[in-house]
Amino acid sequence: MSETATTTARKRPEFRNINALTDLPSYRLPAAGWVSILHRVSGVLMFALMPFIIWMFDTSISSEISYARFTSVFTAGMLGLPGFIWKLVALALIWAYLHHFCAGVRHLRMDISHAAVDKRSGASSARVVLAISLLLTAALGAKLFGLY
Amino acid sequence: MAVNYGSKRIVVGAHYGTRDWLAQRVTAVLMALFTVIVLARVLLSKGPITYDSWSGIFSSQLMKTLTFIVIIALLYHVWVGMRDVFMDYIKPVGIRLALQVFTIIWLVGCAGWAIQVLWRF
Repeated sequence: MSETATTTARKRPEFRNINALTDLPSYRLPAAGWVSILHRVSGVLMFALMPFIIWMFDTSISSEISYARFTSVFTAGMLGLPGFIWKLVALALIWAYLHHFCAGVRHLRMDISHAAVDKRSGASSARVVLAISLLLTAALGAKLFGLY
Repeated sequence: MAVNYGSKRIVVGAHYGTRDWLAQRVTAVLMALFTVIVLARVLLSKGPITYDSWSGIFSSQLMKTLTFIVIIALLYHVWVGMRDVFMDYIKPVGIRLALQVFTIIWLVGCAGWAIQVLWRF
């Protein structure tokens, strides 16, 4: 029985591990998938830039002189890079924090509420997370670049 | 301690998982509350942000202690998260171990620096 089954069965597509280069570009993620992978990306980004974050804490808080140096980085630049590049780095960190925060609150809500776990609420809360974090990032980015 | 040998031994799974899962939630709540406190103090201060208004937020011993607790919470939270990432994407044991050791060095170094900054000014 098994022999006839194997000989007549057509070769079916096999899905094993996702290849980042050949499979990912054609993947269409739902909103919850975007929130999930961006939760990781934002976490790893903040981990990688942690020394810069602490450097900002250090120079902004240690003394009035170092505070002046801190603010000048975002206008005059540092390490050969102009100020707006450092503003972009800061904005990336702002987005990462906001997204990680909002996605984390969504996680905590799902931990305490069964109603929040079903497919429809998961999809809508994911869209809320993306909307809030991106809108707040846009607002703070406009402030950072002096648009208002 | 519970018997964990002979016929009673636990042979499968990573049983530190639940503890770390819970720790990640608890530290997340601590950091979220801290974020709200700091943000509220920044937003409620009148006029443009100056060195005095910014450093004033962290100047009291209470706020320094809270910040210290949050730094330790962050340390553990990031350790759990980064270890999850390595467990998912890095299969060779040697590379995974090296990355985990690097993560611990990175995090302990960062935490030491942040704590020093906190009590220096």
